[in-house]
Amino acid sequence: MKNKNKKSYLINGLALVLLFILLNVLIKNNVISRYYQGIMVFVFINVIVASSLNLTIGFLGQLALGHAGFMAIGAYGSALFSMYIKEMALPPTALLITSLLVGGLLTGIIGYLIGLPALRLRGDYLAIITLGFGEIIRVIINNLKITRGAHGLTGIDKLVNVTNSFWIAVVVIVILYAIINSRHGRAIMSIREDEIAAEAVGINTVKYKSMGFTISAFFAGIGGGLFAHYMAYLDPNTFNFMKSVEIVTIVVLGGMGSLTGTIIASVVLTALPEMLRGFAEYRLLVYSFVLIIMMIFRPQGILGRKEFSINGLIKHSKNIIKKTGDNAEGGEL
Amino acid sequence: MLLIQQLINGLQVGSIYAVIALGYTMVYGIIKLINFAHGEVMMMGAYFAFLAAVAGMPIWAVFLISMVLSAILGMVIERVAYKPLRSAPRISSLITAIAMSLFLQNLALFIFKADPKVMPTIIKNNPVTIGSLQISNITIITFLVSVVFMVILTIFISKTKSGKAMRAVSQDTEAAMLMGINVNSTISLTFAIGSALAALGGILYAIAYTQVMPTMGLLPGLKAFVAAVLGGIGIIPGAMIGGFILGFIETLTKAYISSRWADAIVFGILIVVLSVKPTGILGKNIREKV
Repeated sequence: MKNKNKKSYLINGLALVLLFILLNVLIKNNVISRYYQGIMVFVFINVIVASSLNLTIGFLGQLALGHAGFMAIGAYGSALFSMYIKEMALPPTALLITSLLVGGLLTGIIGYLIGLPALRLRGDYLAIITLGFGEIIRVIINNLKITRGAHGLTGIDKLVNVTNSFWIAVVVIVILYAIINSRHGRAIMSIREDEIAAEAVGINTVKYKSMGFTISAFFAGIGGGLFAHYMAYLDPNTFNFMKSVEIVTIVVLGGMGSLTGTIIASVVLTALPEMLRGFAEYRLLVYSFVLIIMMIFRPQGILGRKEFSINGLIKHSKNIIKKTGDNAEGGEL
Repeated sequence: MLLIQQLINGLQVGSIYAVIALGYTMVYGIIKLINFAHGEVMMMGAYFAFLAAVAGMPIWAVFLISMVLSAILGMVIERVAYKPLRSAPRISSLITAIAMSLFLQNLALFIFKADPKVMPTIIKNNPVTIGSLQISNITIITFLVSVVFMVILTIFISKTKSGKAMRAVSQDTEAAMLMGINVNSTISLTFAIGSALAALGGILYAIAYTQVMPTMGLLPGLKAFVAAVLGGIGIIPGAMIGGFILGFIETLTKAYISSRWADAIVFGILIVVLSVKPTGILGKNIREKV
């Protein structure tokens, strides 16, 4: 069993490095222009934010509609922190990582505090209360002096590029994957399956619900921080209800309960509207249409709860080869 | 004096919220779905009224056309998007409702473009002066029209056969089906009435603020929803009470605290209500059974 795991880690690690080298070669040779690099950074940010929301929706089974609010806290928290410690003249990577962590922790704390009253509710009511919190966060940011309200926050260092956002997204996915496949992750998933049954077998549902919610908020904050340090300008109205809906769309399209599905959906839904420029105007129209069609015909999303894995692919192709081999033998007989 | 003036303003806003909240609460009562598209139906209703008014129709025709078209729109939405998902998990239908809201909003953006259109004056504004108080006749008309419709709705639901069918379906869909009630047409009827009321709210809103735009349904929709939750979602008198309370709170906040914080306070109330008594003012607690 252990050996098998080691092998799979090795294969996945190798695939990641290969992907990274491929990206770098393409960028160096100007196959991927500056403009497309920008889109890629947005893809990575969306991967982080959407997979963090997937932890709440897909694995914990609670619909939250205020994720843009968490993103906003992370964005403003980390941006203000990095502006505050600018005089210390830290190297850019260290500055980025510390401010992301500060933004993430702040979001995690606020997420925990919001989760205390919110997670007592379920289903529709939870969706509404998170929506309410998301709107309140936006109004507060819009009216505070320190965030410069509706004028927007300027003067943030542009620290994010394709390389570091790629690796941060990788780290976030790996951590989320590790959490989901741990004992705690199984407890979280048991709440999704049946909360009362989970409680009956001795799982502390309150604890695991708030744990899942807090982790989800933390990573949304990290995603927000990346957004802030890439845009170098923040407007509170970016993080409105529509932004939350966009993130939910990514999660639902990819499959609630599938991290790889979220990655695929992030790539598709971020890159597609940018690639087809004339179509960008109707982005939300198409988003919503796709979402309705998806819910009616394939409510579990592209991948459902399955994960795409290279190992699985290899195993699958081996099986096919073996089968065709068997068939060939059978033919000879 | 200022207080009374503000309370009268609150009455106007509150009656609009109450009318919209009625549709939310009726739909929730019958299929247990938060119809996020309700605010957008209200917006569409306002646009229908705008088009009819621009075409120079008399005032009763403006109301009638807008409400009938919105009722049809509501029934179509239910048939196309919600009916296939009636037995699906709640989360799927909720997401569909959000998507539907987004779809209608962007459709309006596509058809009518983003710039606000000025609503033609279909009711002349001539304020009535009582002592030192100035009350706009639009305020009085808004209040009276909403109250009349609320009374009609209450009588309809408590006295008529279809109203009884609605109550039966909302109590127990399967038992209602066994009693020979046509559940599908009852649900359609609920959507039609709810959407017509949303359109009424939209027209009154458009008259009060003299403009229509694609995003106009979002915030009043959310606030009407807060009103429905405040009064106890699924309970019809609750929606009326919730709407008026919310209208008063909002105008008083705008007058005495700050207009910029008004939205935060409205949602703050929602959170307090949900944390203290999630079933709302008139709601009863129901124990969850395994």
